Amino acid sequence: MKTKSLALLFILGLAILAGGLLLPQWMSYLFTIAMGKGLVVLGLVLLMRAGLVSFGQGLYYCVGAYVAGMLTQFAEVTDILLILLASISVSVVIAAIIGLLLCRYREIFFAMFSMAFSMILYGLLVRMQVLGSTDGFNVANPSLLGWAPGPEGASDLVLAVAVFLVVSLGILAWRYLNSLSGYAGEAVRENEIRLEYLGGSVFKVVYVKYIIAAALAAIGGTVTALVSGHVDPEMAYWTTSGEFVFIALMGGTAHVAAPIIAAVLFEALRTYAFAVAPYTWQMILGFALLAIILFMPSGLWSLVERFQNKKARKTT
Amino acid sequence: MKQLIAILVDGSVYASWLFIISAGLTLIYGVMRILNMSHGSFYALGAYSGAAMVGWYFSTGSVPWFSFVALIGAALVAGITVGLLVERGLLRFMYGRDEVVMILVTYAVLLIMEDAIKLIWGVEPYFAYQPYTMLGRTKFAGLSFANYDFMLIGVSILIGLALWYGLNRTRNGKLLRVVIHDREIAGALGINVSRIFTITFLIGAGIGALAGALTAPGLSVVPGMGIEVIVLAFAVVVIGGLGSISGALVGALIVGMARATAVHLYPEVELFVIYAVMGLVLAFRPQGLFAVANARKI
Repeated sequence: MKTKSLALLFILGLAILAGGLLLPQWMSYLFTIAMGKGLVVLGLVLLMRAGLVSFGQGLYYCVGAYVAGMLTQFAEVTDILLILLASISVSVVIAAIIGLLLCRYREIFFAMFSMAFSMILYGLLVRMQVLGSTDGFNVANPSLLGWAPGPEGASDLVLAVAVFLVVSLGILAWRYLNSLSGYAGEAVRENEIRLEYLGGSVFKVVYVKYIIAAALAAIGGTVTALVSGHVDPEMAYWTTSGEFVFIALMGGTAHVAAPIIAAVLFEALRTYAFAVAPYTWQMILGFALLAIILFMPSGLWSLVERFQNKKARKTT
Repeated sequence: MKQLIAILVDGSVYASWLFIISAGLTLIYGVMRILNMSHGSFYALGAYSGAAMVGWYFSTGSVPWFSFVALIGAALVAGITVGLLVERGLLRFMYGRDEVVMILVTYAVLLIMEDAIKLIWGVEPYFAYQPYTMLGRTKFAGLSFANYDFMLIGVSILIGLALWYGLNRTRNGKLLRVVIHDREIAGALGINVSRIFTITFLIGAGIGALAGALTAPGLSVVPGMGIEVIVLAFAVVVIGGLGSISGALVGALIVGMARATAVHLYPEVELFVIYAVMGLVLAFRPQGLFAVANARKI
């Protein structure tokens, strides 16, 4: 990546962070949630680049959240770095096992089986009395390297960590997409058999993508759990995963920033829609989804591209 | 022994319920190659319109036995009307698109219908218990079963037979099978494929709504009921093989028995066991038990 755009990203991150800290509490809360969801959707976008739509990212979102919750409540580990490390490792292990089965499937089968797996977790959590069954349980405030900011500062801490994660993981994802195995993902979408002819392993490409997406979803879940202070099985329900798919389609898959921007927009819209029309929120989502599929199949990012193309044409 | 009978009876009741729901889903997929996520909403639609109609019917104080006509009639009318609206108004413009895109389109329809149902019938639960209690209960081997549940088994057998007869013994069924086999050749032979699609979607939506109506008397009709059902129905149809009606029957039996066993012996794993069975079948038969594997086009 060019140093200029790297510096730009860094400044952007700082600006977002400063903005987030200055914003009123409820807005910075929503913003942190959006960052968490943005990370999940970033993983989903990596999969979509290979032509795979997962309706089950809620599985890892929920795993990440529950790992965070269980560590703070039952093991009294509150260090945010340890929590992140734990939820990444747990999700990677689960994804490595499920991926063996799932990565053989494509298209609707991939979509529906990933959904079924997240429903398994939902089914288990709903029946687990120790983990609060359908109500879930509360998550304690996080700390960082021995510094415990207390209930007031905890959300700011999570926000700072979330922004840092979004920027750094966004850069990593960008590097990944521009690497050989990143391009191989697009080859999987276009023509799997040719990729095999060229000596690539389709399974390996998909498997790696699946695991990366799982880790990203777990990080997103951890962030969400820590900032909201509560987890429940609803996070693994397939409507949560459907929401992620919606955000991914809304942003488009052209750029790593698209899912993050789309997640922020989505959260903002949702807050207003919930206040104005609580019973028609899903209906609005449904019509918006149809409009995106019909009129803007490459998502909101296609607007940015159109703008860039126009600029490029002017300069030449 | 008592437990075994209870498991068998509960299992077959649950299986027949599952079969009615998944028959419509698998039919629509088989013919149109659309995995209809909104199928669950048609189920909910049938349940709501049926329950509302039954409630109204009993408030008029007419002959109780005709409440079944009200229940089923209301659901079928609602299901077919909305099905016509969805197919003619939206889906027909999307034919030929990727299957994944069709999932997203029908997911959008599901979201819209969920809220439409809330707008029409509100968020309070509906009860239509009269047809359920009216049929009474049977004592059998020291256990008490609701006769309504036995009727459910009968209805599912009827639906299965009707579908089998329609597909295998009638002219239209033959045309339908041609379309299933090869859409383009069927069109080239002069079969009106788009009309077959409309009819298939209406039958599928109608069966979905019927399933909802038949379920309504046994439980309370609440918002979100359709969403739970679609994932379950999907698990059933993939076990048998997507697009195969006999597959849906076998899938329903397997899932129904597995769930009944879990409920009676290990109630904690009730939901888990359904997907575990699905995972197990697919680990060994990725296309499901009855589907024929397709050669992939290069």
